[in-house]
Amino acid sequence: MTAQAPAGASGPGADTTRGRAGSALRAIRWYWSGVTGADAYERYVAHLRRARPACAVPTKKEFWREKYADQERNPTQRCC
Amino acid sequence: MRTELHSVDVQRTDPDRPPVAVVEPDVITGRQKAIFAGIGLIGAIAWAMIAIVRGESVNAVWFVLAALCTYVIAFRFYARLIEYKVLKPRDTRMTPAEEFANGKDFMPTDRRILYGHHFAAVAGAGPLVGPVLAAQMGYLPGTMWIIIGVVFAGAVQDYMVLHMSIRRRGRSLGQMARDELGLVGGTAAIIGVLTIMLILIAVLGIVVIGALAESPWGVFSIAMTIPIALFMGVYLRFLRPGAVNEVSLIGVVLLLIAIIAGRWVAESSWADTFTLTPVQLAWALILYGFAASVLPVWLLLAPRDYLSTFMKVGTIALLALGILVARPVVQMPAVTSFAHSDKGPSFAGALFPFLFITIACGALSGFHALISSGTTPKLIEKESQARMIGYGSMLTESFVAVMAMVAAVSIDQHIYFAMNAPKALTGGTPETAAAYVDSLALVSPGGAALPPIDPALLQSAAEGVGEASIVSRTGGAPTLAFGMSEVMKSFGGDSLRSFWYHFAVMFEALFILTTVDAGTRVARFMFSDAIGNIPGMAKFKDPSWRVGAWVCSLIVVAGWGSILVMGVKDPLGGIYTLFPLFGIANQLLAAIALTVVTTIVIKQGLLKWAWIPGLPLVWDLIVTLFASWQKIFSDNPAIGYFANHDKFVAARDAGQVIAPAKSMADMDKVVFNTTVQGGLSIIYASLVVIVVLAAAVMCAKAIRAGGLPTSEAPDVPSQIFAPRSFVATDAEKQVLAEWREAGLDPSPQGVHR
Repeated sequence: MTAQAPAGASGPGADTTRGRAGSALRAIRWYWSGVTGADAYERYVAHLRRARPACAVPTKKEFWREKYADQERNPTQRCC
Repeated sequence: MRTELHSVDVQRTDPDRPPVAVVEPDVITGRQKAIFAGIGLIGAIAWAMIAIVRGESVNAVWFVLAALCTYVIAFRFYARLIEYKVLKPRDTRMTPAEEFANGKDFMPTDRRILYGHHFAAVAGAGPLVGPVLAAQMGYLPGTMWIIIGVVFAGAVQDYMVLHMSIRRRGRSLGQMARDELGLVGGTAAIIGVLTIMLILIAVLGIVVIGALAESPWGVFSIAMTIPIALFMGVYLRFLRPGAVNEVSLIGVVLLLIAIIAGRWVAESSWADTFTLTPVQLAWALILYGFAASVLPVWLLLAPRDYLSTFMKVGTIALLALGILVARPVVQMPAVTSFAHSDKGPSFAGALFPFLFITIACGALSGFHALISSGTTPKLIEKESQARMIGYGSMLTESFVAVMAMVAAVSIDQHIYFAMNAPKALTGGTPETAAAYVDSLALVSPGGAALPPIDPALLQSAAEGVGEASIVSRTGGAPTLAFGMSEVMKSFGGDSLRSFWYHFAVMFEALFILTTVDAGTRVARFMFSDAIGNIPGMAKFKDPSWRVGAWVCSLIVVAGWGSILVMGVKDPLGGIYTLFPLFGIANQLLAAIALTVVTTIVIKQGLLKWAWIPGLPLVWDLIVTLFASWQKIFSDNPAIGYFANHDKFVAARDAGQVIAPAKSMADMDKVVFNTTVQGGLSIIYASLVVIVVLAAAVMCAKAIRAGGLPTSEAPDVPSQIFAPRSFVATDAEKQVLAEWREAGLDPSPQGVHR
């Protein structure tokens, strides 16, 4: 999993309007996925590869099942 | 740039790796001075416009400017003072996120993302409801408290609790209280947190019910969120695991369809099916809370949370945009006569202390301490980022409260008071409500008496938003929705008003339901953990024991459910009687959090700076204990629970039925409810007094000893680097470049970079 810059302003075609729009969209996607936690699996896989390369990588489905099971055990608070 | 760098201290924990921390002296350049002076000047002008110049028409844009400029100055100077003198973050130290990184709940997360994440967790319906109710005292007192309160109290609490939890491996507030205050103080704090959560859930429930009662449109669209959430849950489980954004977008589209379809339902023969009384809705909410607490998280809770986050951020952005485009003119005077009397229709009691407990979230919210400890510390990259995340997120929530205030004060005063006075006062019909609001002797912002209102206006206002009636729609949510529909007229004109109204009702209800289900679950865990400590009951500590989960869920739901049912049946109106208790509870939670924080500061030998958390703590204690005192001991039946109790007991024993009761059964209800409400006031106040006394003993010991050890975890040298605030400084950019040159990732965040 290669690390992606949020706003790839340096890539080819970045100075064109289309390139700028594309990188803005990517930045929004990067940001929003982080806030909602949609990228949890990708982050976990990246973490495993880096920190524990010997460990087996779970499938996406297994990961999300486990994630919700964790939430079941450790509820998080939402504010008023 | 080079010369400036001489004074910058670049710190390494490993001589072979790039630096992990940049310590920059607190100097301010000439250019920055000019910028901050300009911001200060604009802020001062805006404050002058709303507080001194006033006049017949004050534009809402001045509120926005006054708030934003004050936040910038506070963030740059006051928060920085706290950072440099009290908290002294060390970025050479690992945060729990780095130390225990497991790729899941412990994971260094980009600071900008974490800011959004933290904000989404702390912001809810609270900052939207309190300011609307407080608007009855005029726009000025509430706005001043929201902005000044956040700077010196709310943001300080959030920031300091976050920092201290980071230093303690992400421990929760309750655990920190036990570690720092000792057994008695800690136990009282935990019982306090648990019981306070019950009243918070109950009162939020009453707010939802106020918005949905007798509204088939609202009930239909909210009811539809349940099948939508179930669909999303199944989709994520079996069809496309992990496709969170995709399914959320589908969910939002379905939600919008549900809002639009609500009108057809309300106008069809199904309307009766979806027209529910407050009591029916209360039972529906109780069933829902129980189901959400025992159903699997993936099925209902998680998808609902995704929807709620989408709606939250979207709606707040929309409201900000709407206010900037519509630039509404304020209708409410700066200060109304209700600021000095006990006759206020939405809640009783004078400005001091009741304004400061009515507006809790947005200025100071104890609930945030539960988020700042626990979740966020496990995700933060660097200690120094706590300022932008803790202090910064709370400033943003305060801004949401300012916008809610703007929405409430820019609607017609007659409509505002007709909506927010309980049925016992308005009589429930446009004619009686018009007569009631005329009797209030309302004046314009400039001081001229307002002409009497035509009852038809109240009726047409209701029709304008697609409701049968807007009279006595208490609880704040309908008023905000009405205000929002006025503001959003800029997008789509009058024809879309009813859509925006129900959109606003929907998102508030969604927030609140999210708090109800998450809160019930958290309270259930706290409860089972607490009774698991009793000898012989250890089995309750096992979260996978289904019987225990069901029993504890039932007890928790019964706890808030009984207060909820009591509130909706209350002849005086649940919001009128219970909202003060909600505010007191939330602010007492803040008192517990600030007590823990102040104790730690004193234990660390920083007595000289203890005023920073001490000032909001003392203020909060004065406000809440004085309010509790009045609620318990006041002779005035409009304010004191027991005075009202005695009044109704005397009347009942004499065989009389007195307003607002309509029957002997109503009389009994008032007698019973006032006992419970008074009893709860006593319990909350006593718990907090115990916590504060325990802390005072600990502080006295610490002062005599010249400081005491705290539960701070030992330093572990950090291996990562990240900038401290939203924008990286020049020195930080240089360090980032150094990491790149070395071919290393400054902060391992997976796809987050």
